[in-house]
Amino acid sequence: MMILALIGIPLVAALLAFVLKNDKLRRALLLSSAIVHFALVIASWLIQPTAILNNWLVVESLELLFLTLTSALFLMSSVYAIGYLGREAHKAELSQDKGFLFNNAPEANFTGCLLMFLSMMSLVVVSRHFGVLWVAVEATTLTTAPLIYFHRNSRSLEATWKYLLICSVGIAIALLGNFFLVVASSNLSGESTILTIDMLIKNAASLHVSWLNAAFILMLVGYGTKMGLAPLHTWLPDAHSESPALVSALLSGALLNCAFLPILRMHSLCMEAGQGEFSSSLLILLGLLSMGFAAIFILRQVDYKRMLAYSSVEHMGVVAFGIGIGGAASFGALLHAVNHSFTKALLFLVSGNILALYKSKSTNNVSGVLKVLPISGVLWLAGFLALSGMPPFGMFLSELKVVEGALNKGEYYTVALFLLLLIIVFIGMAQIVLKMSQGSPSKSTEESFDAEALKEPWTAVIPSALLFAVVLILGLYIPSGLSEMITKALAQVGM
Amino acid sequence: MNSIVDILIIVVILTNFRLLGSSQLKTCVRVVAVQALILSILPVLAGQGEITLHLTIVALISGAIKGFLMPWLLMRAMREAHITREMEPIVGYVFSLICGIAMIGLSFWLSQQLPLPGTVANSMLLPLAIFTMISGLFMIVARGKAITQVVGYLMMENGIYAFGLTFAYTEPLIVEMGMLLDIFVAVFVMGIAIFNINREFDSIDTELLTQLKD
Repeated sequence: MMILALIGIPLVAALLAFVLKNDKLRRALLLSSAIVHFALVIASWLIQPTAILNNWLVVESLELLFLTLTSALFLMSSVYAIGYLGREAHKAELSQDKGFLFNNAPEANFTGCLLMFLSMMSLVVVSRHFGVLWVAVEATTLTTAPLIYFHRNSRSLEATWKYLLICSVGIAIALLGNFFLVVASSNLSGESTILTIDMLIKNAASLHVSWLNAAFILMLVGYGTKMGLAPLHTWLPDAHSESPALVSALLSGALLNCAFLPILRMHSLCMEAGQGEFSSSLLILLGLLSMGFAAIFILRQVDYKRMLAYSSVEHMGVVAFGIGIGGAASFGALLHAVNHSFTKALLFLVSGNILALYKSKSTNNVSGVLKVLPISGVLWLAGFLALSGMPPFGMFLSELKVVEGALNKGEYYTVALFLLLLIIVFIGMAQIVLKMSQGSPSKSTEESFDAEALKEPWTAVIPSALLFAVVLILGLYIPSGLSEMITKALAQVGM
Repeated sequence: MNSIVDILIIVVILTNFRLLGSSQLKTCVRVVAVQALILSILPVLAGQGEITLHLTIVALISGAIKGFLMPWLLMRAMREAHITREMEPIVGYVFSLICGIAMIGLSFWLSQQLPLPGTVANSMLLPLAIFTMISGLFMIVARGKAITQVVGYLMMENGIYAFGLTFAYTEPLIVEMGMLLDIFVAVFVMGIAIFNINREFDSIDTELLTQLKD
């Protein structure tokens, strides 16, 4: 019942949002569904929900960890959305970048798709059947495409088209991976259980190894496209930079993690079948490659939302790398996924405040954020420090764990490369962020300031401030509940 | 029964060539629909066992969606966009056909290399599946119009579906329906996107989508 409610409540709310005429009522619906969803997730921490649908939908430690992330970020984003939608409603305005007219999509569609997105992400997290998993991941692509096209201009349209096409093709490749997995398991009997993860893990020894490996490659490529692993990340900077801040926060903080789950499950299946070395080496390779791509593109970046997007590519690389290394590093990797979610959502939400005031995503037009937006400015700077793995923030600990795990395995050269890439990204981001924060805004920009954004409404700063508090706490110490949860989650996937 | 299946498989292979060499967008949409329709009824004809209710339902619904509903959606998007022809493909039609011949050779070679465990419904199905998938990917890369890229995506899906047929493997009904729904909504959303691209740029050339880059 609990699982059904986690998926069903947002879905029903989404259908309601499409038909509701009153804007205020619809916003209240969005916020209340987010709160109910979060409450249900908290309740699942206390009471283990029962599995449903032939054990296809299960909530255990791993699922609960990712559900909590998704739900918490959604709650923060919907608080932000209340204020954002209120400000953006029926507003058509010129952006400073090339003078594009912003003409927003109807709010009902936006809210409906947002809620459906939550429902589908929950389904991705809880499903233990590769077929259902595929359906849910593809559905997240389709529900987010209209969200990216919220600002109806040519740039966001281009981003939406690339996102739709590249991710759909990627996920089609993952479907082929599903079929390969069926071939790999053709020795097993019982058709109704054929793609269920638990059954595959139990019979891992009798799978056809070469087909299993091929299936892993296809799914790594397919879901890796969605997760933003290089070289298939090309849609990510476009989609993340063109969508509204709260959508970017959800895409980066919640969706990328969701796309990582099927890869993690396949990896655990490969390890169970004795092919762990093969899948690990691929994960390490793609992880380092993603970090490398991100480092190159961050160094010469002139768009601060694209900078954040490339940083997501980098951090997904760190997660893939850590899982690939295994041992202590996989604990670090999952912890890193948690930290990245909170930190990146924080930064994307703040970037929305900056964009609302300066009306430009170009770093050349933005300076003096600390002076004109005191709260957002401090959060922006602190978020940057957290994101680049400075103590006393969460990412410092998780990256340390990844490095420690890699050193334990004697991977000295890869660790050196890993650290080098982290430093390059740090330098690239520091240049941008410091330039934006310090100094004072130019005269002409100051005249075009939005009076409302200058006041920093509470809906725009409270979510980021709360996220910041979480990131700080996770850096000071790892709560025993969380570390226990991660250990259990890793045990669940055999690591 | 088997000779009908063989003929249908050859027809599907020919549809791929028709798609690779066609400059008419309407033809492309129709041909890819025919291809999907044939592939939807194949499991009923090629199935080794009896024709079950499950098979019939899936064949009917997938035929209706892929064979009629989706081409209708795409045709509507095209009507609204007032566009009928692929003007300047990135790769020429003659060269595309030559590539097609190379791709079919590659598909037969690949399918001989794959050590297939278990039974296979028809030995022609595997090369057909691989050929259709590669042609679909080729269409996405080699054609500039948004509609042809959607056609390429549908070809890829058809190829993957054919791969599933090779092992006479059926997913549970609920999963199968979910997959169909996803693909249908994908085409629906892409159709809306095409309409908007046309409105924004007065054309559906995806080569115009180059504002976002580093």
